Amino acid sequence: MCIKNSRQLKQVQRDFLNRDKQFTRKALICCGTGCLANGAQTIVDQFEALLKKKRIKGFSVEAVRSTGCHGFCEQGPLVIIEPEDIFYTKVKISQVEEIIDTTIRKGEVIEKLLFTNPVDGQKITHYPDVGFFAHQQRIALRNLGKIAPHDINEYIANDGYTALYKTLHEMKPQDVIDEIKKSRLRGRGGGGFSAGRKWQTCADVESEIRYVICNGDEGDPGAFMDRSILEGDPHAVLEGMIIAAYAVGAHHGYIYVREEYPLAVVHMQKAIEDCRKTGLLGENIFGSGFSFDIRIARGAGAFVCGESSALMKSVAGEVGEPRAKYVRSVVKGLYDQPTVLNNVETFANVPVIIAKGADWYSKIGTPKSTGTKVFSLVGKVRNTGLIEVPMGITLRQIIFDVGGGIIDDRPFKAVQTGGPSGGCLPESMLDLPVDFDTLTDNGSMMGSGGMIVMDDRTCMVDIARYFLEFLVNESCGKCVPCREGLYQLHGMVKQVCEGKATESDLERMEQLSEVIVRGSLCGLGQSGPNPLLSTLRYFKDEYLEHILNKRCPAGVCRDLITYTINDKCTGCTLCARACGDDAITGEKKGLHVIDQDKCTQCGACMAVCNFDAVEVH
Amino acid sequence: MCQDFSKIPEIIARHPKSSESLIMILQDIQKEYHYLPPEALTMTAEALDLPLSKLASVSSFYNSFALEPRGKNIVKVCLGTACHIRGAKLIQDQLENKLGITAGQTTEDMEYTLEEVACVGACAMAPVVIVNEKYHGSLNVTRAAKLLKRN
Repeated sequence: MCIKNSRQLKQVQRDFLNRDKQFTRKALICCGTGCLANGAQTIVDQFEALLKKKRIKGFSVEAVRSTGCHGFCEQGPLVIIEPEDIFYTKVKISQVEEIIDTTIRKGEVIEKLLFTNPVDGQKITHYPDVGFFAHQQRIALRNLGKIAPHDINEYIANDGYTALYKTLHEMKPQDVIDEIKKSRLRGRGGGGFSAGRKWQTCADVESEIRYVICNGDEGDPGAFMDRSILEGDPHAVLEGMIIAAYAVGAHHGYIYVREEYPLAVVHMQKAIEDCRKTGLLGENIFGSGFSFDIRIARGAGAFVCGESSALMKSVAGEVGEPRAKYVRSVVKGLYDQPTVLNNVETFANVPVIIAKGADWYSKIGTPKSTGTKVFSLVGKVRNTGLIEVPMGITLRQIIFDVGGGIIDDRPFKAVQTGGPSGGCLPESMLDLPVDFDTLTDNGSMMGSGGMIVMDDRTCMVDIARYFLEFLVNESCGKCVPCREGLYQLHGMVKQVCEGKATESDLERMEQLSEVIVRGSLCGLGQSGPNPLLSTLRYFKDEYLEHILNKRCPAGVCRDLITYTINDKCTGCTLCARACGDDAITGEKKGLHVIDQDKCTQCGACMAVCNFDAVEVH
Repeated sequence: MCQDFSKIPEIIARHPKSSESLIMILQDIQKEYHYLPPEALTMTAEALDLPLSKLASVSSFYNSFALEPRGKNIVKVCLGTACHIRGAKLIQDQLENKLGITAGQTTEDMEYTLEEVACVGACAMAPVVIVNEKYHGSLNVTRAAKLLKRN
């Protein structure tokens, strides 16, 4: 059915909600990539199989919904029972029948499936009471985990496309740009450039053809919010893009999705087709006379393609090399036409800003960084996953309140933000408010929102080496300072890890970093030395420990550590079997010994030992 | 080795005839053949009316294209930051040991190819290994070794 006016839009809403009313309970099953890996699809299948046999008043297969990602992937598969918001974690296929018989039929809670608060060991029944969710404010992630991503009607029933209707029928293009400017929305992809100003520049360029592109090339290792939004709420992104297209006068759009995200491509393709059938994409959208259509462009595993000019080359089927940006891509972008390129999360925010108004939005967050930001909180933190919090919240609140602190109560050491272009912040910075400018001023950056928490067993020199290795592999090779400079820099940091560097090397590393920063065309090179510089700034002692005492305090750098077995060893032989170098010997039930000549310091023995008997020095 | 390339024209025909489709055509061909045979590049170049040199540069620029034959099973070890600090290297060592190859190589019997990938966006369940598009999360040394047996 084609929706042409607000009456028809409301009709779709009403029909869906009326159909929903017949269900006394609903079961929402998270089918994000994380939960799917943990077996969520088998849970859905089991629900369907059992419901064919069982008849329950007010519940049927239609009340079982496969939703997008809740962000709490570590606890998956997740099942939520509405309307009580009962929250079940790590659900097994064998427990589905019990959920149907006990919770859905009788409304009783199954204690053993509830989430245990890692801080105090208490069981938590209701979804909003879980600390991980309680501190969040969800705007970009508003529908994630609540609606089925493949059902356009459910999106519409949750006020979807009403902002688009308002845009097309009640606002002039300039009004839309003014509203976005007033909201002070900044690009969520990393740069933090004002979205409204970008749209204004694009609209002001005289041109017949303009493009709107959504950047879904989420390359920063450790960040996965774009993936979750594309998979879990594709219509939010489409609605944001159509509004942007109307504002700047574009009729063609592209969504650039990483090849590593196959499920995102499938869901987005379905969403685009549904929009075309419903008259929300294509000619004469909502009967307004405005036309716009979107195609998906798949990436092919090049980190540099997250950069605007490289991405546009890649969309055109070319090699993704960045160009010098004396003229910005918003003026001369895809096929040399003015192009608005925004990130997935930025577009997902747009419909809410239009619907609730810029004044409402700009009150959230800080004056210069308004709204919320999605972070992927991962690493050595208890509650890992995707979170959305207001800007200005402190790192401590994120890591300890939302994240529940460090695994095994180990000491916190650093938090890495901003991906390979960002930096590591130490404990003394934990009370910094998280916004675009504060992070940059302190040697890190917001980036796309990866937040990797590290404890005392993470070596900061190794982290610098890790990011440099990543960048050496991903540098497109166009600029010599980036291609050769990062390579040399990586070699120098590696020498520190191997205990072969001298103190004067640190100075040389800083000098070379400056050359790379100044001599590279795009962000990859310009910010490439950041992980090195920030760790050198805050963790210089650790570098010196490697250089002067040939010691890796975290027990990570293989050339500087030795593994030994202490008398806690029970002789279970697990380590001897895990050792790939046949370096461990010992009788069953007797103390085991590591032959240091054979040992390659891989750490497999320590990883498998259940008795803390393997030590690293 | 004699290969059947008859599917290539079909794959090309699924996409609009424009250089914009190039990357996606190559991806679809790779999905079918597990790598890009030289013949595929020639046929695509002719069909899209593009110089072969352009295909050579595009296929060698992007990481996801393989120009050498790969094994029946593709094992990808995620080396994203979250996986790295939760011991991805150890998992990689373990898999390399078991298969007797290093990352980027294929076993002699063409059963397994081991690859490193930058980040697959499943960071909350780090460390992650993907075997033939199926994600295996929260791995440890013991579970990683078992992954290979199942295939």
